[in-house]
Amino acid sequence: MDVGIVSYGVYIPKYRILPEEIGRVWGKDGAAMGKGLMVEMKSVPGLDEDTVTISVEAARRALKRRPIDPRDIKAIYVGSESHPYAVKPTATIVAEAIQAAPDLTAADLEFACKAGTAGIQALLGLVKAGYIKYGISIGADTSQGAPGNALEYTAAAGGAAYVIGAEGVIAKVNHTVSFTTDTPDFWRREGMKYPSHGERFTGTPAYFKHITGCAKMLMEKAGTTPKDYDYAVFHQPNGKFPVRVAKMLGFEMSQIEKGLWTPKIGNTYSGSMLVGLAAILDEAEPGDRILAVSFGSGAGSDGFDITVTEEMKRYNRSAAPTVKEITSVYKIIDYALYTKFREKIKMEGE
Amino acid sequence: MRDVAIIGVGMTKFGEHWDRSFRELGIEAGFKAIVDAGIESRDVDALYVGNMSGGLFLEQEHVASMISEAVGFTERNLPAVRVEAADASGGVAFQQAVLSVASGIHDTVVVGGAEKMSDLTSIEVTDAIASVADRSWEALFGATLPSLYALMARRHMVEFGTTREQMAQVAVKNHYNGARNPYAQFQREIKLSTVLNATPVAEPLGMFDCAPISDGAAAVVITTMDKAKEMGKDILVRVAGIGLATDTLALARRKTFTSFPATRAAAERAYKMAGVGPKDVDVAEVHDSYTIGEILAIEDLGFFKKGEGGIATEEGRTSLEGEIPVNTSGGLKARGHPLGATGVAQIVELVWQLRGEAEGRQVKDARIGLAHNVGGAGGTVAVTILEVI
Amino acid sequence: MPVPRYWRYQDQRYNLAGSRCTVCGTVYFPQRPLCPKCHRKSLGKMERVTLSGEGRIISYTVVHDPLSDYEHLSPYIMALIETPEGATLLGQIVDAEPDEVEIGKEVEMVFRKLREEGKSGTIQYGYKFRLKG
Repeated sequence: MDVGIVSYGVYIPKYRILPEEIGRVWGKDGAAMGKGLMVEMKSVPGLDEDTVTISVEAARRALKRRPIDPRDIKAIYVGSESHPYAVKPTATIVAEAIQAAPDLTAADLEFACKAGTAGIQALLGLVKAGYIKYGISIGADTSQGAPGNALEYTAAAGGAAYVIGAEGVIAKVNHTVSFTTDTPDFWRREGMKYPSHGERFTGTPAYFKHITGCAKMLMEKAGTTPKDYDYAVFHQPNGKFPVRVAKMLGFEMSQIEKGLWTPKIGNTYSGSMLVGLAAILDEAEPGDRILAVSFGSGAGSDGFDITVTEEMKRYNRSAAPTVKEITSVYKIIDYALYTKFREKIKMEGE
Repeated sequence: MRDVAIIGVGMTKFGEHWDRSFRELGIEAGFKAIVDAGIESRDVDALYVGNMSGGLFLEQEHVASMISEAVGFTERNLPAVRVEAADASGGVAFQQAVLSVASGIHDTVVVGGAEKMSDLTSIEVTDAIASVADRSWEALFGATLPSLYALMARRHMVEFGTTREQMAQVAVKNHYNGARNPYAQFQREIKLSTVLNATPVAEPLGMFDCAPISDGAAAVVITTMDKAKEMGKDILVRVAGIGLATDTLALARRKTFTSFPATRAAAERAYKMAGVGPKDVDVAEVHDSYTIGEILAIEDLGFFKKGEGGIATEEGRTSLEGEIPVNTSGGLKARGHPLGATGVAQIVELVWQLRGEAEGRQVKDARIGLAHNVGGAGGTVAVTILEVI
Repeated sequence: MPVPRYWRYQDQRYNLAGSRCTVCGTVYFPQRPLCPKCHRKSLGKMERVTLSGEGRIISYTVVHDPLSDYEHLSPYIMALIETPEGATLLGQIVDAEPDEVEIGKEVEMVFRKLREEGKSGTIQYGYKFRLKG
């Protein structure tokens, strides 16, 4: 039984802020910062947007491309580190808002930036075991960086939804593996507004170790080498890391550039790798092979070996906007408006 | 049905009465109306009170009992009824009182209308007023009451070519009239440019297109025509016609956005009962909580053809010297708009006009007057026609 | 708005679920238990129908004096929207500057936060609209 991606949808908020503008406020050379991180701008959610609204929009777009009966969706997982409620699921709101309730299971997942891919793995298992017909996993975030912190240059908002099933598979998942350790490179304690991180510790022992470890395990299991892939996409906390990790693994720039979106929208955290994968699916042809590896701090990576199927020809990709189309319309805001949008201003009564 | 006459009227000045309570305002208006009627408190059989929201503005419901006590009616345990129909509460309370006298249940009734709004901040008032719209389907989604009128204003502009200046002229005219009314909240004239350049509230409407936040009370005394005649009054004002109508609570659920069907229905009923038509009306008090409201009103009441309300206003046809003087009191815009008091204050102004007592703003030979009181964005409309006999 | 009062009509607010009178075919939003045209003939004959979320602006306003729930969004745009199904809706237009909004422009439904019941209360979501294309 071929199990894999049946549909997908992406949502990115309309607002952007430039690194120069963030640097201006904090007395840093923002342009140099942006260049170093390879981030031209980052997305900012509107005041009436959050992980729930982004998740619903992404899921609705996925269902526009593949108008399955929402009652056939038997599981919804939303992976995020910015669920608007500490207690009360995002996933149930998504379920009601796509008219999939009540005959389904739903849960919110958290594994830093890789909870969305963890959801996909869970769904692959449920579908393969015959428990469910379709499931949706969403990776979405409205991530925060403390004012003036390096994270502020990249922490962005957006998300992607993937419908997983065994009928109408447009991208078959041949293999999936995970690489998981206890590595405290980045965290946020309960009740804290902003996350903390170990600065340079987030690199070699965290991001690079887990992604390379996972990708190697995956290729070993699949019996492949980087040359076997048309595309590769990795978690992209900035524009620099995915390029370097690709090189470390032996991938060429031409294999990763289609899925490299952090330079244009910033790091959408749980949405990061999944938005990149969506951008690849926006243009992929049947037979194309994709290697996709996420990374979540804490830490772990989920790897997927994917092959685009003939079904892609019948799939109504144009029923929802592509990542390129979504990101082509944006509005740049200044830091003052950004602090208002990100609710960084202490308001009366707070 | 018995004929009903208005034998006494009175009101407080409208405005911000920082040092006076709802009770005190009610007492002043009621007392003035009773004195004006030349009766004693013991002659009164019942009290009707128009009040939109004691609950939201004062955290006080049960205002019928409260006002009955304040004016001394609880000494005799008189019946008292509070009527709520948003900012048409006063107009509807008046009509209910008229029905009670016409039916023979009561002979002499005091109708009061009162609202005390200034205790709340502006945004709290905006929130309170939004509860006259559909809370679940309009206010929940961000609609304020002025925004609903703004949506109608823009449709009126698109469909009939009504201009921003024509709407502004409503405010200019009503301020001109208000400057001649000692009871008005704003007794000063304004320029067209002041209206046009005012802070926007809900585009295209600005601050000067909107009635203010006001405190105030108005009261009238009604009785049977026979009793009024026995009292030997020089001028008798008769309630010639009353018409009440409702429409959908939410604006979006209507078929038209350039007319209040409830105004048309209420007017038709009132005209029919009075046996008169729009051409017979000498003076009118209409509901200009927003300037576009007066344009809609003078069209829907039949004074002007649909779409010509703006131009008629611009040409001065509704001014004090015009063919049909509208809002000689200053209207809601300049006299002020203490929600539940407005409908009763309209009756007070008409009585003064019909008795020839509207000094400085008197309409010559006014014989028939019409009051038009709207609740919310047209969910309730009360039209009352008075005549001198 | 207290939780039960909001929750009761969640389906309508999330999904634009209206009702169609199967006697006369008229579509209503929000839902109605009875058709005001067919009265008792429509009893038990009203069916749930999901509006497409598409529509056309027939009037709009920019609100500068907001409700307290919407103070942070001020100024915001409210519009009357005519739907192909026949019902007219009132909603906010998001992600647009006032000068981009015109009568006749097409819109589509989006899912947004409407209001919060305070910082520790529930978050209430529902439909808003954005300009198409």
